[in-house]
Amino acid sequence: MNTIVCIKQVPGTTAVDIDPDTGVLKRDGIDSKMNPYDLYALETAFRLKEKLGGKITVLTMGPPQAEAIIKEAYMMGADEGYILSDRRFAGSDVLATSYTLAQGIQQIGDYDLIICGKQTTDGDTAQVGPAIAEHLKIPHVTWVRTIEKADTSGIVVEQNMADSYEVVWLSYPCLITVEKDIYTPRLPSYKKMLETKNRTIQYLDLNALSDTDENHYGLHGSPTQVEQVFQPQSRTEHIVWDSRKTDCVVQLHDLLSREKFIGGK
Amino acid sequence: MASIQVDHHKCDLCGTCINVCPFNAIHKENGRITIDAACKLCRQCIKACPQGAISLSQRKKSVDKSQWRGILVYAEYVNHSLHPVTIELIGKASELAEKTHMPVYVLLIGSQVKTAAVSLLPYGVDKIFVYDHEALEHFRVDTYAQVFESLINEIKPSVVLVGGTSIGRSLAPRVAVRFKTGLTADCTTLDIKDNSDLVQIRPAFGGNIMAQIVTPHTRPQFATVRYKVMDKAKIVPIRGNIIEKKVDNQLLRSSIHVIRSTQKEKLPSITEAEVLVVAGQGIKAKEDMKVLEQLAQLLGGQLACTRPIVEKGWCDYTKQIGLSGRTVKPRLIITCGVSGAIQFTACMNTAECVVAINTDENAPIFEIAHYGIVGDLYDIVPKLVKEMEGGSCYAV
Repeated sequence: MNTIVCIKQVPGTTAVDIDPDTGVLKRDGIDSKMNPYDLYALETAFRLKEKLGGKITVLTMGPPQAEAIIKEAYMMGADEGYILSDRRFAGSDVLATSYTLAQGIQQIGDYDLIICGKQTTDGDTAQVGPAIAEHLKIPHVTWVRTIEKADTSGIVVEQNMADSYEVVWLSYPCLITVEKDIYTPRLPSYKKMLETKNRTIQYLDLNALSDTDENHYGLHGSPTQVEQVFQPQSRTEHIVWDSRKTDCVVQLHDLLSREKFIGGK
Repeated sequence: MASIQVDHHKCDLCGTCINVCPFNAIHKENGRITIDAACKLCRQCIKACPQGAISLSQRKKSVDKSQWRGILVYAEYVNHSLHPVTIELIGKASELAEKTHMPVYVLLIGSQVKTAAVSLLPYGVDKIFVYDHEALEHFRVDTYAQVFESLINEIKPSVVLVGGTSIGRSLAPRVAVRFKTGLTADCTTLDIKDNSDLVQIRPAFGGNIMAQIVTPHTRPQFATVRYKVMDKAKIVPIRGNIIEKKVDNQLLRSSIHVIRSTQKEKLPSITEAEVLVVAGQGIKAKEDMKVLEQLAQLLGGQLACTRPIVEKGWCDYTKQIGLSGRTVKPRLIITCGVSGAIQFTACMNTAECVVAINTDENAPIFEIAHYGIVGDLYDIVPKLVKEMEGGSCYAV
């Protein structure tokens, strides 16, 4: 039972801002962390390995700094780590990102199950997992909240849909994205940190992939383009009451009455 | 080579680009400016370079856009009913179609969905394509993607709109990848250019920023939109018709087997509420949620919350407003101790009346609030509740 877990390094803070004078993006510090949802994907892989044996490989795409999250995955119990890193991957949208990850997965080869977190906290799209599965032509199931059964041929999972829970069976190879209530992620262990101190992290650049056509990666492989970024418009008409100067309870109560939320309905 | 290029002859190594780069992707190495894989192509360095030494290289061939016409809406049919986001998507599709003189198409997949198809006719659609088969009763991503793909191949729509629902967010990426085309998730605004390029606006870079995204070279252009973001379609005289499609066995191939499906208990959903009271990080303890709950009840509404409150376990995630939760469009929303991160505001800023209570007068929530109250929710809310319960002093 070989599992690949796709993980991503995301900004540790969401405090991105635009300088009103220069229109330049500001980002305070370079604080970054593993996408929190990926911890649940990792934990799912550990639980399955405890039951079925095998190997857990983590894969990420990003700058060399993303090594940090592979090391973190090692400290939690991952066996091998790969990082897809190449300047030519820069500017990837969902299509190019998922294609690059799918290419990386093909290099790693021999896998039964791919697990992703349900979404990232920076992009918040939840699309890369399903898109990887499509590139690999394997089935996928999203929003998995329980693994009901897993053996060496396939997996039974419970999917959390809007109005229902769907229990489905999939045979390997397949991809699942997991919800955060699936398991409680373990903490990185000091013992494992010592054990894995010298464990290598394997780098994959574009030349290491089977498709080396750079038009399929990064900006050139991305059908979407960001035309511009801007700060959301604030509404112009607004009234502010300051509790130090006025009785806000009175104001609010008046407002709610005036707008017919309370009183003579 | 990818993307951003530095002309080393023009570059005088001033370092401006290094400082403006929000992603720390630019470095000075061996007397040259280099850009690493952290680059997100935000182009800030291009604008900032005083020497004009940085540029973006683009080489792309476009498809023949005139071959792709129509706005296709995916009508989500689940648990024997249409998801209400469908009517909203048709509303937006009609608007886009009118601007570009294109037809509005609807795709409906499921089992025994003919009544549902008929119910969509009055919303100004031109053609409703129905794939009705008992094997399509449950959503399975592989069969649904096959059906979706075959219809797109047949009608070649310019734009495909899918609801940003559990199903839509699983299905849309698979279909978009099949056409090697762009998909923009959770758009908050959609418009269309004369050349049929869809203008898609969504929060981006995980921050307080909106990005305007286009898919200029490929078709179709996929976008997902959350429920309650767009306005519902209006009822107009019927002009379209229903086309029942044959479902080939080929389309039904699947490696996913549905074992069972359990309906969730229908709890009142925050997306349907007319009035919402929202608990944010200003709440200091779980028991303090009670007074907000009380306020919500007095207003005939519901209590909702922000992500940190769910993470603390003080509120169920079904009550969470935000990109990782629900999008809401109530008549009245009162936020209590919510700072107003864009992941939150993007999912509630279409509310008709936004009232914000926060101690920090600089909190971003005040920028979108119609009525801002700079003050302590612990002071204001209990008094307000008391006032409303007493019911006399200020009541009408």
